[in-house]
Amino acid sequence: MTTYILRRLLATIPVMAVVALFVFFLLHLTPGDPAAVIAGDDASPAEIDGIRKKLGLDRPIWEQFGLYVWNLLRGDLGTSIFSNLPVMTLVKQRLEPSLVLAVATLTVAVVLAIPMGVLAAWKARSTIDRVVMGFSVLGFAVPVFLVGYLLIYVFAIQLRWLPVQGYQPLANGIGGTLRSITLPALALGMTYMALIARITRASMLEVLSEDYIRTARAKGVATSGVLLRHALKNAAVPIVTVIGIGFALLISGVVITETVFNIPGLGRLTVDAILKRDYPIIQGLIILFAASKVLVNLLIDISYTLFDPRIRQ
Amino acid sequence: MLNGSRRRWGLAASFLAGLALMSPAVAQTPKTLKVTMHADVRTLDPFWTTQTIAGIHGLMIYDTLFSSDADLKPQPQMVDTFTVSDDRKVYTFKLRDGLKFHDGSPVASKDVVASMNRWGKRDGAGKQLFSYTASLEAKDDKTFVWTLKEPYGLLIETLAKIGTSIPFVMREKEALVDPFKQIEEVVGSGPFVFKKEEWVPGSKTVYEKFAGYVPRKEPASGHAGGKVVKVDRVEFIWLSDPQTAQAALVAGEIDYLENPQPDFLPILESTPGVKLEKHPAMGTMGIIQLNHLHPPFNNVKARQAMYYLINNADYLNTIAADKNMQKLCYSYFGCGVAMETDAGSDAYKAPKDLKKAEALFKEAGYNGEPITILHATDHQYINPANLVMIQQLRKAGFLKLDVQAMDWGSVVSRRAKKEPPAQGGWNIFITGTSVLSSSNPITHVSVGMGCDKAWFGWPCDQKFEDLRKQWAFAQDVDTRKKLAVELSKRAYDQVPYISFAQWVNPVAYRSDKISGVLSVPSVPPMWNIEKK
Repeated sequence: MTTYILRRLLATIPVMAVVALFVFFLLHLTPGDPAAVIAGDDASPAEIDGIRKKLGLDRPIWEQFGLYVWNLLRGDLGTSIFSNLPVMTLVKQRLEPSLVLAVATLTVAVVLAIPMGVLAAWKARSTIDRVVMGFSVLGFAVPVFLVGYLLIYVFAIQLRWLPVQGYQPLANGIGGTLRSITLPALALGMTYMALIARITRASMLEVLSEDYIRTARAKGVATSGVLLRHALKNAAVPIVTVIGIGFALLISGVVITETVFNIPGLGRLTVDAILKRDYPIIQGLIILFAASKVLVNLLIDISYTLFDPRIRQ
Repeated sequence: MLNGSRRRWGLAASFLAGLALMSPAVAQTPKTLKVTMHADVRTLDPFWTTQTIAGIHGLMIYDTLFSSDADLKPQPQMVDTFTVSDDRKVYTFKLRDGLKFHDGSPVASKDVVASMNRWGKRDGAGKQLFSYTASLEAKDDKTFVWTLKEPYGLLIETLAKIGTSIPFVMREKEALVDPFKQIEEVVGSGPFVFKKEEWVPGSKTVYEKFAGYVPRKEPASGHAGGKVVKVDRVEFIWLSDPQTAQAALVAGEIDYLENPQPDFLPILESTPGVKLEKHPAMGTMGIIQLNHLHPPFNNVKARQAMYYLINNADYLNTIAADKNMQKLCYSYFGCGVAMETDAGSDAYKAPKDLKKAEALFKEAGYNGEPITILHATDHQYINPANLVMIQQLRKAGFLKLDVQAMDWGSVVSRRAKKEPPAQGGWNIFITGTSVLSSSNPITHVSVGMGCDKAWFGWPCDQKFEDLRKQWAFAQDVDTRKKLAVELSKRAYDQVPYISFAQWVNPVAYRSDKISGVLSVPSVPPMWNIEKK
């Protein structure tokens, strides 16, 4: 197992190198100029040139790339052009809200969706199945911003139970964090709930038609035992994959939810940086997102071995 | 089953109600003003960028030599007294007592001199002022002398200007930093102290009251008068989504919203406890910028033809549907300001005439070549304005349009290209400026026609530039108004750009929670505001 993990970790190095190369050149080939954004609307072309020179953006692109790689190798993701703060500081500020939102969203989604999917598979083609699948279609179809605005209208403006916007850090108390994260997690959880419920149903339906399930039933195992111990465990691999990918996606930013609920997460940091052409932030974040996706994939692969011992071989 | 369902709903409601009660206990909370500005504070150096938000941030922490009052008249702020020589070339200023920086050091003339020199290298009006400056010297700790080469009439007005970049006074240490590089430390002598450790770019910027600030004795008026701070903290909370911003104001989570989206104004107007505030000179002027370097708009006939195609009212109805926020304005220098004039606008005001427009384009030599439009699709008012303009130009029937959709960042980069449209250049892009900036022919950069030195589009007309210079040297308002009429006539003749509308952007605030909001056209101050 250790060799397997080490091999997988080593394999990430060329992946990250390709990502770094791709990100740098794609960004610098994209139209847009941070100097022009900094200079503002009233600036003259000469002023913009002056800023570009000070930022080092007038240097040859290979020289800029060399500096970028050298800094990256030293663990330095660079400094934001606009805020003049290290990219790592900005990432640290945004990491907690993103992680908390991801965990809360997946908790809401997993806790509700897996029972829904199991129930739908067990009662396949019944009214319950149709209701669950109807909900799934709705979860996919209704845009997250609409759900967000509806939740804000009902729970924040009309009932005044929860805040409209903002994030309360864990350091200020778990109560405040829960209050601030409930509506965004519910809004975002709808999509993931729909996805996980559908995957769970499909995977369970496949497993429920297996011979060993019929054998378990014939042996007189209770329905709950058949569903949870025999069927769900064997259907877990695709479900875990979806949850893992969902987690990686949530970490790398859910811009619309973060914007609607004003959660200062990594997604908004990324989009704001792209709109302003803040190259060091964009480059740093994409490298970090790529690393997190590689890591999550590794964890998913390891988790397979827990559910299906055959994979270990 | 029904009972079970009810129980589950009951549990869910109890959970949410429980969350509602989980607010952290608060003892002796400081009086905190929570505001949402039109943009997020991302840059701390107010000279390094001309973005308005940098000016708002600067106004919190730095002080100015002069300020504009509610009638936009300059008034001394850090300056106690000043004298002007008979030939109007030598200005001697004395700083008032009690001025000190947030680190406790006193404000001295050397700080002022260094700050003005740094500002004068970046700001348009500042560069203009320094082009007529012979010397700027500190005479002693409290006195400095500004000597002009010629009797430039706008020295005091320029020092009192509230359009960015505002001439703030920094410590000499920061003011000596290259103006094209950002300063590292933010230490001002203004009424608020910046809390750098609490700054989260893209989310929150925090300021605390500066206990050592000595306000002027005069009552606050506009940006002038006593800057008396009546709260302990001010938090700028950045809400990028306009819907969420208005919901946060309605729910009372923020006290003040600088720039509510026009669509939400009716909701805010009808919300109890919310008040809208507007200043006569407040607003935005839309600009259809034409490229004077390339056909067809390098020919004045083609530029004049646009007057017969562009219908001002259509833009207003699209951007600001609320009639109270619209101004059908035909003044190059804005409406509701001292220099307002529509002299020379007859062609633009006349009914639209497609045949006349076609004839003028033909006279200009237009023969169906594509007209490249840089269409920013991600901007609150520029996107709809582009859609209206494209429709109006298409309606003409004889123009071939090459509409290129992109984000605003790309437009900002692309508009600097002087190459022909087929080689990456452009013919038209839409932007806007504040009425405040446009109210002064010197600070209104888009109207300038200084050829290579002009703004993007590079209009070129020496007669107009001569008139501008005369305006800058005029010593009284009446003479300036007369010159503004001449400038307007010449501008309508040469068409540096087409102004498509003027609309008001009121601020909205919780009048049931705060009072003392000062009426200003731009760059809102946070002093004088009291939290109930």
